[in-house]
Amino acid sequence: MGKNFVGNHIRKLRFNHNEMTQQQLADMAGVTRQTIVALEKGNYSPSLELAFRIAYAFNLPLEEVFFYGGNTEED
Amino acid sequence: MTYQEKKSIVSLISTILIFTVYCLYKYPQYPEAALDSTETFHYWGSFVLVLTVVSIAAHIVISIVFNIVFRMTTGEKEPSFADELDKRIDLLAFRNSFAVFVIGFLLAMGSLVMDQPSKTMFIILIASGFLSDVTGSLSRLYHYRRGI
Repeated sequence: MGKNFVGNHIRKLRFNHNEMTQQQLADMAGVTRQTIVALEKGNYSPSLELAFRIAYAFNLPLEEVFFYGGNTEED
Repeated sequence: MTYQEKKSIVSLISTILIFTVYCLYKYPQYPEAALDSTETFHYWGSFVLVLTVVSIAAHIVISIVFNIVFRMTTGEKEPSFADELDKRIDLLAFRNSFAVFVIGFLLAMGSLVMDQPSKTMFIILIASGFLSDVTGSLSRLYHYRRGI
């Protein structure tokens, strides 16, 4: 919607983690696959709790998964 | 198209169909001869109550049929819970839906102030209920497609 300034590297990180599926990540983060799709498209800024859960699923610090200042994935 | 988007579209179509069919069935039974009598109030009361019951029952049946068809066609199970995105979209849809109903309610009260018959007031109230339902479904569809 053009006002989402929290970007993420989820798609790239999934690929780097043995091509993890959206459903697998959704199950690990406790959300539906639709939410992962919306996050990857840059259509949704997650809550802080969900952001931490996703970072935890990748075993990475939050700032390596999410960044501030864009509405699409940087890579 | 995702499960939630499909569900919003099915909900929208079923709302329009149920309301249209019900109105086509019930409206011809309006007691034209009895102006603003207890008979007309009884008619409008039963119109709203029966519409509510029919609408809830039809939505439950349509939802079950939709889930069965969704499983058969996609081979996926429907989401078993609502996560934070679903809850936020539900809140936005409810806000829009509520705003439409309040506008309709105020218009209905305005029609009484402007000495319109009670029939006008009931029609505006029922129409605003229908439009608020449609607005809710459209809001859900919009936010699932475009994000929040």
